[in-house]
Amino acid sequence: MPVRLKDLPRKRYGMPGNAACPGCPETMGLRYVKMALGDDVVLVIPAGCSSVIQGIAPKSGINFPILNIVFAAGAAAAAGMKAAFEALGRGDVKVVVWAGDGGTGDIGFQALSGAAERNDDILYICVDNEAYMNTGIQRSSLTPPGAWTTTTWTGKREPKKNVPLIMIAHDVPYVATASVGYPQDFIEKLRTAAKIRGFKYIHLHAPCPIGWRFDPGLTPKIAQLAVQTGLWPLYEYNQGKFRVSPFSRMYRRPEKRVPVIEYLKLQGRFRAALKNPELVKMIEAEVERMWRWIDALEKSLNPAEEARRITGT
Amino acid sequence: MPVLTLTGNYAVAHAVKLARVKVIAAYPITPQTTIVEKLSEMVEKGELDAKMIRVESEHSALAAVYGAASAGARAFTATSSHGLLYMHEVLWWAAGSRIPLVMAVVTRAIGPPWNIHVDHQDVMDQRDTGWIIAVAQENQEVLDLTLQAFRISEDPRVYLPVIVALDGFILSHTTAPVEVPEQREVDEWLPPRRQPYVIAPETSIVMGNIAPDEEYYMMRLSMQKAMGEAKRVAEEVDAEYGKVFGRSYGGLVECHRCEDADYYIVITGSWAGDAKEAADRVREQAGVRVGVARVRYIRPWPHERLREILGNAKGVIVFDRAVSFGAKGQLFTDTAASLYDYKVSMRGVIAGLGGVDVPAEDMIPVIMDFVEKVEEQGFVYEPSYWLLPPKYR
Ligand SMILES: Cc1ncc(C[n+]2csc(CCOP(=O)(O)OP(=O)(O)O)c2C)c(N)n1
Ligand code: SF4
Ligand SMILES: [Mg+2]
Repeated sequence: MPVRLKDLPRKRYGMPGNAACPGCPETMGLRYVKMALGDDVVLVIPAGCSSVIQGIAPKSGINFPILNIVFAAGAAAAAGMKAAFEALGRGDVKVVVWAGDGGTGDIGFQALSGAAERNDDILYICVDNEAYMNTGIQRSSLTPPGAWTTTTWTGKREPKKNVPLIMIAHDVPYVATASVGYPQDFIEKLRTAAKIRGFKYIHLHAPCPIGWRFDPGLTPKIAQLAVQTGLWPLYEYNQGKFRVSPFSRMYRRPEKRVPVIEYLKLQGRFRAALKNPELVKMIEAEVERMWRWIDALEKSLNPAEEARRITGT
Repeated sequence: MPVLTLTGNYAVAHAVKLARVKVIAAYPITPQTTIVEKLSEMVEKGELDAKMIRVESEHSALAAVYGAASAGARAFTATSSHGLLYMHEVLWWAAGSRIPLVMAVVTRAIGPPWNIHVDHQDVMDQRDTGWIIAVAQENQEVLDLTLQAFRISEDPRVYLPVIVALDGFILSHTTAPVEVPEQREVDEWLPPRRQPYVIAPETSIVMGNIAPDEEYYMMRLSMQKAMGEAKRVAEEVDAEYGKVFGRSYGGLVECHRCEDADYYIVITGSWAGDAKEAADRVREQAGVRVGVARVRYIRPWPHERLREILGNAKGVIVFDRAVSFGAKGQLFTDTAASLYDYKVSMRGVIAGLGGVDVPAEDMIPVIMDFVEKVEEQGFVYEPSYWLLPPKYR
């Protein structure tokens, strides 16, 4: 069901005085999570910017119950919490992990994979700002090629680890990509996931003005450009069916895509890369690589839709 | 009260069942494995109404039971050696959160080289984490301590997690008769779970976010105070347990022939049994009055109790099955610190690392040699005396 802005709750979930930088995508995302899921939710947050954003005890700038946990243990702690709620007859409580790209694709990956394989009934959200921001912008395996970080001064040379695809390969009930630039799409996916039992994974693209070197007023625009260039396609894998989400469908056609350069030139982290045609080529190749995977998944996981697409019916 | 023949590991499993634990997460490692196996079997057979999370690592095992405990469930895990070290970060997190939890540690050497046999290096490595650490001598005590651990951990004066340590193979895989209390008796004795707070949707509690340094400092102090309280609570629980179930162990330190002793052995774990035998034989053969102070809790450290017992000794010989490289055995260091203002001769013996067997007959010469030296020289201080394996002596 499409999400209409006027139906969303008015309650304030991100409180004034939280410790986020201006234009922070993580506070935006956290707000959407609560707007979508309501009050029957407990959050588990491993180390990362969101550990800090909450502000300083005894106060909290985020208006919901949170269990903070060591960096590598988000999925495991959440699995335990969910088991406890079930054992105590409160199986309706939703346990949500909110972890960074490092907490997801690097140090927390083992726990994530374990929980996915066990099909633990939790919702895992990776808030992907494409580097270790909390420790001062170091590369993660999810940093895109070409990006400057404080551990890749001349631009990262390796591709971005494709965690959502790896999660699909775990055969869990639900995997989706989302973006802070498309809150309605994200909220809809959160609500869809919340209704499913078992392991759910949403990968939220979250441009960070501090780490990516852009004007804090541009967070949603940069997020939208990632989708419009085709670099970050929005899609959903729901109980074995794969589909590209409405906001991304038109970018299946290369001629509709915004040139990648438009995305890169707004971000200081690509300044060096832009002077290196080879790196730019590598980034452009990422778009092709992404969509090749999507085509393959669509064809194999959703033959009916694929047939309709080909025949134009 | 039925008597079963149980390995130490099965004694743990029976206690966990009797405590009506709700969430278990564990990862196999020798010699802890049969605990996970037994608990899985109990859960699958419907004998134990608990959720079993078959995690992919020990780091996740402790994180999972910590998450469960934070949400209000009585939770349990067990590990050993490398598994315990792998958890280390989460041990700190759990204790600092003041969340009651119980973990069995089957003590084992740490590699390299790979070695699955008993020593205390793994559990000693956790001394500073804020966990209460109890060490059993035999299988009956394993069951009793595990039950008591829930009671102590969930006592509002304490609210700290508890490790129950049992020696790898010597206890974990060796059967002995164990009296297993009736469920009804345990239900009457063990109150429903208490904990300082619960993370649930209706609360707006945030646990573990950033705190000002001053608050952090004060929280550390409160843990230290809780450790102090834990001494009293552990003594109380041991005494009360004795009234209900007929077995008490002397609280923080168990004394063997302390009444008239001139010399004392300080030791912890299963080889305290050998130490007691050595003490008896030295008394018989040489007429030297030796007693054994078996440390049952290495954290909180029984400082006052040991001063009472050891203060007037002629000599104290401490047996450590672990070492702090570049310093001394851990029990020795703590014992020496407790006796700072007494002029007591001391010897710290480091022995039995990697499971090297140290029977009473190997202890006796070291004890006698120490006694003779003290009698001859008046004052002896030998903090690290390495008792080599027989073939290297
Ligand atoms: C075991 C461990 N290693 C390293 C750290 C230091 N650390 C804290 S947050 C962080 C990076 C977080 O990156 P990410 O998960 O992407 O979250 P972000 O800060 O970008 O939101 C690191 C390296 C830690 N807390 N624990
Ligand atoms: S560094 Fe980026 S993600 Fe972290 S708080 Fe600042 S804006 Fe948010
Ligand atoms: Mg990050």
